[in-house]
Amino acid sequence: MSAALLDLAQKYALVVAFALVGLVMLVSYQASRLFTRGRVHGSAIAIFMGLVAAVAIGYLTGGKKGVADLPLLVGVGTMGGAMFRDFAIVATAYGVRIRDLRDSGIHGIVSLCAGLLVAFAAGIAVAWVFGVRDPVELTTLGAGAATYIVGPVTGAALGASSEVVALSIAAGLVKAILVMLATPALARPIGLDNPRAAMIYGGVMGTNSGVIAGLAATDPKLVPYGAMTATFYTGLGCLIGPSLVFAFVRFLVST
Amino acid sequence: MVFYGTALLAGCLFAGLALGQLIGSSLGIQSDIGGVGIAMLLLIGSTSWLTRRGAWSPSFAPGVQYWGDIYIPIVVAMAASQNVRGALTGGSLAFAAGVASVALAFATVALLIRRFGRSPAAHDAQVSP
Repeated sequence: MSAALLDLAQKYALVVAFALVGLVMLVSYQASRLFTRGRVHGSAIAIFMGLVAAVAIGYLTGGKKGVADLPLLVGVGTMGGAMFRDFAIVATAYGVRIRDLRDSGIHGIVSLCAGLLVAFAAGIAVAWVFGVRDPVELTTLGAGAATYIVGPVTGAALGASSEVVALSIAAGLVKAILVMLATPALARPIGLDNPRAAMIYGGVMGTNSGVIAGLAATDPKLVPYGAMTATFYTGLGCLIGPSLVFAFVRFLVST
Repeated sequence: MVFYGTALLAGCLFAGLALGQLIGSSLGIQSDIGGVGIAMLLLIGSTSWLTRRGAWSPSFAPGVQYWGDIYIPIVVAMAASQNVRGALTGGSLAFAAGVASVALAFATVALLIRRFGRSPAAHDAQVSP
């Protein structure tokens, strides 16, 4: 009986995920209302619960896909995968005012450059403090501090060892998760409350998943603006990591 | 027909991703550049173009809006399928690099917002230091 049920759940994995995630949303929004009087947004609680479940099941299975490594929950991986995520995020742009985007375009570009610079600098500086001196490894770790995609792409282009690539992915994951958790708390003090601020934030943070989840838990109206600039970050990072940044790091190390 | 909205959304996403991929590979990198952003611009542009031509019926809109409305549950599913264990067990170098990067990035955001991002209407008045 239970084998047949598991079989059914795997065949209808996405349906199981819809029902389960809906339940998590319900619990989170009620918890937000009852225990925090709405001060902590329901979506922030739901995202946090998702992360906690991902850790717990990650330790249980030893896998890399959070709860989706459990056969019963593969549908959650589909639902939270790139295809559905991009589809939903693009849909949020419906109703965005073109003027808001056009007026802030230059700020988006400035923040992308500033964000990449800061991320590479932070990653490289920390790696240096930890005693890393090889320019390939320094650049790869700096790239990981940008996003967990820039890290491995840069590492592969430069021929870094798989240990260093793994470290760079871990650094990018730490960043994404910290951004998810810290954004709702820091949004007010840093003035993240209007479309232009969200475009700046998306460009500087750059980590797609972190930015989207962070803004979702802060103010859903801001999501399309942050997502718009963040989407250029990873590509630009992959472009400058193995080229400009690597050349600069090699120059720095040799002097 | 509500599905026309969904179909347009799908077309915009795929075209945007394809363009982003094309830009990426023309620059010699194995990653797309701005695919989702391009798709967003395509969606905004095409719906307003169709509206101006009188070809966009309000009955199409829910086919787009529904997907925009459920992105929070999708993000929750995304959070639940992240390799969080990998982030926690990545070692102190990875952890320190991630923390330093986020701390510096938030400081940068605060600085840039204070300088440029208060209110979209008043940016001309905020050029002086």
